[in-house]
Amino acid sequence: MSENNNSIYSKGLIFTVVALVVILIGTIVTVFVPMMTSAMHPKLSNMQENPYTPLQLAGRDVYQKEGCINCHSQTVRPLKADVLRYGEISQPGESAFERPFLWGSKRTGPDLARVGGVYSDEWQKAHMINPQHFFPSSNMPKYPWLAEKKLDPATVEKHAKAYGLNYKPEDITALENATELDALVAYLQQLGIYVENTHAIKADEAAFENATNPNLNNPEKIARGEEIYNLLCIGCHAENGKGQAEGYDLTNLTFAEALPDYTDGMIFLTIANGLEGAMPGHLKIMTKDDIWSVAAYVKTLAK
Amino acid sequence: MKEISGDSKIVMGYIYSALFWGVIGLVLGLLISAQMWSVSFNFGEYFSFGRLRTVHTNMLAYGLGITAEMGAFYYIIGRLTKRNLIFPGLAKFQLVFYNLVVLVGMISLFMGYTQSLEYAEGEWYFDLGVVVSWVLFAINVVGTILTRKEKHMYVSLWYILATIVAVAVLYIVNNLHIIAGLGKSYHLFAGLNSANVEWWYGHNAVGFLFTTPILAVFYYFLPKSTGMPIYSHRLSILSFWSLIFMYLWTGAHHLVYTPLPDWLQTLGIVFTILLIAPSWGSVVNGYLTLAPDWSKLRTAYLAKFFIAGITFYGLQTLQGPTQGLRAVSSLIHYTDWVPGHVHMGTMGWVVLTVTAAIYYITSKVYKTEIYSESIANIHFWLVLIGQIGFSITMWITGIRQGLMWKTANADGTLQYSFIETVVGNYPYWMARSAFGVIFIVGMLFFLYNFIMTIVKGKQNLSNQ
Ligand code: HEC
Ligand code: HEC
Ligand code: HEM
Ligand SMILES: [Fe+2]
Repeated sequence: MSENNNSIYSKGLIFTVVALVVILIGTIVTVFVPMMTSAMHPKLSNMQENPYTPLQLAGRDVYQKEGCINCHSQTVRPLKADVLRYGEISQPGESAFERPFLWGSKRTGPDLARVGGVYSDEWQKAHMINPQHFFPSSNMPKYPWLAEKKLDPATVEKHAKAYGLNYKPEDITALENATELDALVAYLQQLGIYVENTHAIKADEAAFENATNPNLNNPEKIARGEEIYNLLCIGCHAENGKGQAEGYDLTNLTFAEALPDYTDGMIFLTIANGLEGAMPGHLKIMTKDDIWSVAAYVKTLAK
Repeated sequence: MKEISGDSKIVMGYIYSALFWGVIGLVLGLLISAQMWSVSFNFGEYFSFGRLRTVHTNMLAYGLGITAEMGAFYYIIGRLTKRNLIFPGLAKFQLVFYNLVVLVGMISLFMGYTQSLEYAEGEWYFDLGVVVSWVLFAINVVGTILTRKEKHMYVSLWYILATIVAVAVLYIVNNLHIIAGLGKSYHLFAGLNSANVEWWYGHNAVGFLFTTPILAVFYYFLPKSTGMPIYSHRLSILSFWSLIFMYLWTGAHHLVYTPLPDWLQTLGIVFTILLIAPSWGSVVNGYLTLAPDWSKLRTAYLAKFFIAGITFYGLQTLQGPTQGLRAVSSLIHYTDWVPGHVHMGTMGWVVLTVTAAIYYITSKVYKTEIYSESIANIHFWLVLIGQIGFSITMWITGIRQGLMWKTANADGTLQYSFIETVVGNYPYWMARSAFGVIFIVGMLFFLYNFIMTIVKGKQNLSNQ
């Protein structure tokens, strides 16, 4: 014990006030002072004051409600691997209207900051209802109830007002028959659309258009291609390349019939660069040799 | 005497409530650990991972952690101020009220009403309830301390007072929201400020809910249960002031490589490294307290709980600052390494220290010896093994996944698709569940020992 009878350790009130002041110093410097600087209020020039449609805002509410943030982040770090895998580095201005920020702190699933426009709406819906159809070993929960729950336009309007967004009455009534799933997918599809990806890794069309597939008649490479196909492509294209997905109509994903008309180079380019809004590009996570292998396997599906 | 005193009853009421929430929270933890390696453990909307993980963290932080701390504080204050609580009726009301708040909060988290701010997910009505509870708590704690019969305030009282004011400031500021409806509100702060406020809060929730209150408990019960006075008063003073000063500067280490301005990140990281010193001040003080007679570890059955607890705290406060470094963060952030870190603090430091304090309080309140020291020893070892196993499996798989995410092919493309990096976690996630079972079994031994001590104490009282 302190020997001094008049020390702060025998004066409860003064002690408490001093402790409070000590705690407030770091708080003021690191939280409140920055708040007054413009660096903490960045804006993107191409983003309106009203970044969400009513449907997207409702989808954002669903994203919060289902706790997607517990498995998904929304920030691409300025690191080579992050940019390669996900896309352009997250910009400060992108979050300007985010209440709260939804950057997250765990990636049990992939980052979603750039997922907007990568897939079709149909894929997003089918994946939300049954992720294991696409990746049998995925641990993402199924969300079938989202497709059954209708939005309540009045609630969406109330939330929007609190969020600081104003909509025309007809925009609100347009929500009449929308489900939570429609809303969630609308939200996902706008993630990252304000920032252009300058680092996308793409195969050069001119260089590959007329290339021939070096792995065509190599059984080892074809087996490797099959392995990759079963891991990454089978969910969308099904076993035979005919896209018969259980429960949903993804039959428009057939390519088997058309294959004979494609050049090797065209197949390579599709797999490498993807098709916007339909199929993700695979070059970022595969060597060119692997792409040739999976292309060689795909050829064996042609009828 | 046929009954324990009024204040003791209040203390025990908090302990009962804490353990009630604790058991449910731990079982939910086990369930979400299983959901991570098999989706078949997701049961519909209310029991799907995204919602349950939040219920788990909140139930253990608000239900087990805070409730147990409230009980322990009331007990410690009663001894260190040499007087009864100033408003015992208020403390009873607060107990009932706070339990209701937690109940409503947890039910609404199940329903998906969340503010999505980690460790502050409860919606605005939960926040209001927590603030009211905390104010009632503060009135009692500060009121009793200000009217104490002992002139000097012992170290534990410093930590208690700091906890009271810091939690109030942190909780209120981060929970400022625009209310949109009964189950919905939006953060008052947007974008970068939303992130900065949240992690200032989040890091200091660790600081002022899992560090300072536990240190208050540690500084009181280590000497009590071993009969050895704290090694150095000066070291206590130095550690206390520097700890509560530095903690508040460091939140940005949770936002490394995010769009938060670089200078804020760097400032946070610098203070994160400095934070080792005050943290280790208490670790060293704890070790040197026992240094004159290490045989206490054998002779005083609670000593090992406190020494293992402070050791976990020591490791935690070395690992934490390391994680804050940009190079380390770039590898382990977003991976399972972080839950490995988290649980060394919560399952190791917090749980060992708090359960030891509960043993001590219960036997004192009922004026009896603990029911069984050997059951306490089994409890200790199972919790220790469960915790170490949990953290080690998560550190391994965290590094594994962090490396897989960035491993490149010779041509500069990435080697692994995301799903491959997930699948590699499964064996480790299963092992984590097994260690979780060991931990929970350890806690059941604790619970049994706790209940039997009370049964024994009640018999003694009625025989007198
Ligand atoms: C238990 C963790 C977990 C939860 C909770 C979770 N996900 Fe996932 N998510 C994953 C994993 C793992 C993957 C990768 C495998 C897959 O596609 O199923 C994934 C993939 C995705 C993808 C595809 C991303 C891409 O780039 O291919 C989207 C979109 C997605 N999740 C959205 C959501 C939404 C929206 C929610 C909340 C309703 C959610 N997830 C909840 C784990 C989770
Ligand atoms: C998210 C779903 C999805 C995934 C995953 C996917 N694709 Fe596709 N793919 C599509 C869609 C949609 C089309 C275009 C529609 C169609 O073929 O009818 C397409 C078209 C193709 C085509 C035909 C190209 C063309 O121009 O018509 C080929 C070949 C192909 N995919 C191969 C693959 C391979 C190989 C993989 C795995 C490495 C893969 N796809 C993964 C959705 C996907
Ligand atoms: C000097 C002391 C400490 C420092 C500097 C520190 C540092 C850190 C850092 C840098 C992270 C972020 C890791 C990441 O996401 O990449 C973290 C996470 C965390 N730490 Fe600590 N830590 C310390 C002590 C503790 C203690 C004692 C506890 C608990 C008892 C604790 C609990 C947590 C929790 C719960 C998280 C997870 C936050 C989240 O959800 O993302 N830490 N810590
Ligand atoms: Fe922290």
